[in-house]
Amino acid sequence: MQAFKQINGLVVPLDRANVDTDAIIPKQFLKSIKRAGFGPNAFDEWRYLDHGEPGMDNSQRKINPDFVLNQSRYQGASVLLTRENFGCGSSREHAPWALEDYGFKVVIAPSYADIFYNNCFKNGMLPIILSPSIVDTLFAQVGASVGYQLNVNLEAQTVTTPGGEVYAFEVDAFRKHCLINGLDDIGLTMQQQDKIKLFEQKHQLAQPWLFK
Amino acid sequence: MAKTLYEKLFDAHVVHEENGTALIYIDRHLVHEVTSPQAFEGLKLANRKLWRPASILAVPDHNVPTTDRSAGVAGISDPISRLQVQTLDENCATYGVTEFKMNDARQGIVHVIGPEQGATLPGMTVVCGDSHTSTHGAFGALAHGIGTSEVEHVMATQCLVQKRSKTLQVLVEGELGLGVTAKDVALAIIGKIGTAGGNGYAIEFAGSAIRGLSMEGRMTLCNMAIEAGARAGMIAVDDTTIDYVKDRPFSPKAELWSAAVAYWRTLHSDPEAQFDAIVSLNAADIQPQVTWGTSPEMVVGIDGRVPSLDMAKNEVQRADWERAYAYMGLEANTAINAIHIDKVFIGSCTNSRIEDLRAAAAVAKGKHIAPNIKLALVVPGSGLVKAQAESEGLDQIFIAAGFEWREPGCSMCLAMNADRLEAGERCASTSNRNFEGRQGQGGRTHLVSPQMAAAAALAGHFVDVRTFN
Repeated sequence: MQAFKQINGLVVPLDRANVDTDAIIPKQFLKSIKRAGFGPNAFDEWRYLDHGEPGMDNSQRKINPDFVLNQSRYQGASVLLTRENFGCGSSREHAPWALEDYGFKVVIAPSYADIFYNNCFKNGMLPIILSPSIVDTLFAQVGASVGYQLNVNLEAQTVTTPGGEVYAFEVDAFRKHCLINGLDDIGLTMQQQDKIKLFEQKHQLAQPWLFK
Repeated sequence: MAKTLYEKLFDAHVVHEENGTALIYIDRHLVHEVTSPQAFEGLKLANRKLWRPASILAVPDHNVPTTDRSAGVAGISDPISRLQVQTLDENCATYGVTEFKMNDARQGIVHVIGPEQGATLPGMTVVCGDSHTSTHGAFGALAHGIGTSEVEHVMATQCLVQKRSKTLQVLVEGELGLGVTAKDVALAIIGKIGTAGGNGYAIEFAGSAIRGLSMEGRMTLCNMAIEAGARAGMIAVDDTTIDYVKDRPFSPKAELWSAAVAYWRTLHSDPEAQFDAIVSLNAADIQPQVTWGTSPEMVVGIDGRVPSLDMAKNEVQRADWERAYAYMGLEANTAINAIHIDKVFIGSCTNSRIEDLRAAAAVAKGKHIAPNIKLALVVPGSGLVKAQAESEGLDQIFIAAGFEWREPGCSMCLAMNADRLEAGERCASTSNRNFEGRQGQGGRTHLVSPQMAAAAALAGHFVDVRTFN
């Protein structure tokens, strides 16, 4: 996993609540057996005017000029600013894969669905929670200023605006540690395999029917 | 100290806990073809093996056709879908994982077959790369969906890294009215607390109305905990649970059965246990529910109307509703029973079990779908549900009424296979998500119970199943 410490990123505002993972990456793209290449189909139904299918040449498709990601001022964005309960619905990790492949490193929202939130950290992406009123402020600032960038510092746990306002955010210490160091979860857990084996023996004695 | 059911289940599986982060042991890992290929590939690349292959049960369900399967996997017409199913078959063979293949009589939706086989047991931790894994909490199990990275993690280590959830008790007291089902209870709860209401929580459903539900009903309810934002939903073990589990292929037998039952009897929240939050509903107040919008929380009773913007709680919701009106092709204040539909889907991990099919067939018996219905699908949750329904003659009731009787799978719940809505088509669906595009790009989904779906198919529009004949 790629390590994440700090970025200065162009911000794109996606002003919708309850954006679900079906919208982030529609089901037809889940047929892939690969982990990469979902970026061109992130938000497919909103981003293009035709119906997308795997294998299409996306550069030839008609884009929806009204969709915010398609506007020229937001090209190259790496920070997605959005509303509450982002990533709800399906547990598909294809959603963070698609966002990450598109180029996002950070999502900022007042809240997230639990599974999506968790999946982000497994893919080197940082989902930041800020209060609804701060998110409102950021939406207003992004709209008012072309080229609006935020500085996100994971070590300091801060988001800094171009005007110098600094907003602190919370993040679980273990997740932060893994993200900053780009650590592979499985490798870390394997270091505890003696404990797992010991637990498994006790568990089998207590509930032998689970091991039949 | 008094504990909630969630705390008992969590504590019984902690391998290690430090600074609020726990490593918990996973008893049952269910696997399907969509969220597993990248996990198997990850194992292969890192040269890791499965920690405990016997803990895994795999089945293809999302991509499988619900029409003729006599040509086997080679007969799946979409080559990308075919490759995904073949990849599951190959991975299971390579790693020694038990799999019910597409043409196995036991094949079906992963959340139907787990309980049906006794592979889901009370007290277990159950995971699957699928958000509707919350279904299995109906058995007094700790069950939730995980991402593919976590699928790989569980495969390699038999464990998950977890933080404890907060606990939410949803109390439903009283008796449900005739024609009001677990699906209506689920939708009524989501209507009350919203799709983010359960974020960060594990929900325990309790109260006399919940105790009165069959296991099928309890699975429907826990299935939709995720639609309320809670990864896990659960219900305490009682006689209904134990009677269902007894004599299933994977259930404990003989002296192990008695030992298991003795333990399972402890799987309920202690009377003094404290929840972080409590929500109460009165069962008698719950009507048959119909969603009108593009989120499960956009729901009203069958007597209701599409809400108007002045009822929105804030600007964000107002904008959400405006988009939903446009997408759904509906205006504020439209009466729900005036909404005509084009297609009907009875199936999915929410409502495809035998009890669901019996309830829908009871409504459809001796009648016929309305002329405006282009397609009415009944997709049983598993091969065994299908066989049971056929032995009871339910298939013939549906076919005589103009429904199509299909092979088991996820089908039009998410339209990964050929079963889908065309743009602008409106569907009464017993599935769990009415998101934009969920059943096909531009398709319009209304979530309802099996009875309500069957009644809508006959009438051509939504009707109150309680007074429909």
